[in-house]
Amino acid sequence: MKQAQLRLPELSLRFIPIWRRNLLVWKKLAIPSMLGNLADPMLYLFGLGYGLGQLMPTVNGLPYINYLAAGTLCYSTMNSATFEALYSGFSRMHVQKSWSAILNSPNTLDDVMLAELVWAASKSLLSGISILVVIWVLGLSRSWMSLWIVLVTIVIGLCFAGMSLVVTALSPSYDFFLYYFTLLITPMMLVGGVFFPVVQLPHFLQVLSSILPLTHAVAMVRPLLIGETPAEMALHLGILAFYGALGFYISTVLMRRRLLS
Amino acid sequence: MVVLSTKNLHKMYGGRSVVAGVNFAVESGECVGLLGPNGAGKTTTLRLCLGLIEPDGGNISLLDKAVPQEARSARRRVGVVSQTDNLDPDFTVSENLLVYGRYFGFADSATSKRIPDLLEFAGLSQRANEKMQNLSGGLKRRLALARALINDPDLLFLDEPTNGLDPQARHLIWQRLRQLLNQKKTIVLTTHFMEEAERLCARVCIMDNGVIIASGPPRELINQCIEPQVVEIFGEGLESWMDQHGGKLAERYERAGESVFCYMHETEGIVASLLAYPTLRYLHRPANLEDVFLKLTGRELRD
Repeated sequence: MKQAQLRLPELSLRFIPIWRRNLLVWKKLAIPSMLGNLADPMLYLFGLGYGLGQLMPTVNGLPYINYLAAGTLCYSTMNSATFEALYSGFSRMHVQKSWSAILNSPNTLDDVMLAELVWAASKSLLSGISILVVIWVLGLSRSWMSLWIVLVTIVIGLCFAGMSLVVTALSPSYDFFLYYFTLLITPMMLVGGVFFPVVQLPHFLQVLSSILPLTHAVAMVRPLLIGETPAEMALHLGILAFYGALGFYISTVLMRRRLLS
Repeated sequence: MVVLSTKNLHKMYGGRSVVAGVNFAVESGECVGLLGPNGAGKTTTLRLCLGLIEPDGGNISLLDKAVPQEARSARRRVGVVSQTDNLDPDFTVSENLLVYGRYFGFADSATSKRIPDLLEFAGLSQRANEKMQNLSGGLKRRLALARALINDPDLLFLDEPTNGLDPQARHLIWQRLRQLLNQKKTIVLTTHFMEEAERLCARVCIMDNGVIIASGPPRELINQCIEPQVVEIFGEGLESWMDQHGGKLAERYERAGESVFCYMHETEGIVASLLAYPTLRYLHRPANLEDVFLKLTGRELRD
């Protein structure tokens, strides 16, 4: 690895035209894309929330569907950024060669990477907002505090976008992404407090859970949804920011090695 | 005025020198062709000149900027057509141009004013709102050329601009490139088509194994490097004709599969001897750049 490849990513507003390119593509497919964003989480929320919820007493004093709403919002926010940075990012980089066209203009790979990061987080924001709207409409949250979740989804998006870009930078093909889902995303969903409280888990899984970013996302969103201030807000935000920043740095270095050497 | 120059340019990949000491300079308004077999280092040289990859040694100056240090700013005045299609498949023809203009920091209103002229230049005026999947290979290449002109560049890099196009499409691209040269644009192109290089380039550099092995105006290279006349011969009885006549009469010959290429100054003797061999077929023609290319880089396949 050369010295020049290890330098910190340069953050410049030049990412905006590249971000707008992705927005223009998205606009052409906005309605199916929004429906797709909503369909999967809604199936879980209604299926598990009403189905499983009937069998259960309350969880931490909440009806199960209210409890599940926060988890659903977090994991689908995570998924939006993840899918965007993996599959769509890989298409733009490798299949459509959109990045190579951009790099021939007065933009750099760092600009492209920042655009990918912010765009994937934008997709998280969109999906977070749409689920929040459904939650409000269903009456699963009645607190103004839940509006803070909009800002939290941006942080969740940046976190998982940064992490996913590392995988995209390493990936030879779309099939490679399956490892990431099997080894990280799915386990995170199961131990991160999405479907049930982390305290139900054996101790070692609780320890594992405590270092995974999704756990910290859920730990912020769940209280906000019922109008409470999350405990240790700074810790949760810090951990998400740490994963996102580290992922973004590593992915930028790997991309420089992949594309610029 | 020199708009692009490289000095002792080096680039290694996995211990192999892909560019191994390339020196060349391009004058303003010139069209220079980089020729070479696959893997000769042409595309790597272009990428180095654009500052997209870091050289392992040597200096590059592009439009008075040091590359790669100031490559970003040099690229403001450069247009590029890549070897592979990298148009945005989700956009229409004019959206492709509009979005590309934004990468240069142009306001949409400014780009929109330029789009009709660019479309007319590329012969795409009727197709401004066409989707990419409805465009043929030739139309896409013309759009890629129009897109490379979005910033009205001083210097154009074209990496195999007519590769994979039918003759009609290729001739149209050549016509457009000549138009650009008339507007005093500078063009650096790589190509496998010797005819393309002979038609367009004031000067060609023949590359092999990462170095430039010959350079000059195509006519001069032909005069300097090779005998002026060629007779290509193939068919039944080739061996006996070679034993009896060919081997003695040709100043130099090359075998390629079932054919023999005889190179010489005077061809009367050879052509006369061929009359006695009605089963042999032959083609007598003046030597061209392809003959020079094959002589210098050899006839064996490269990949």
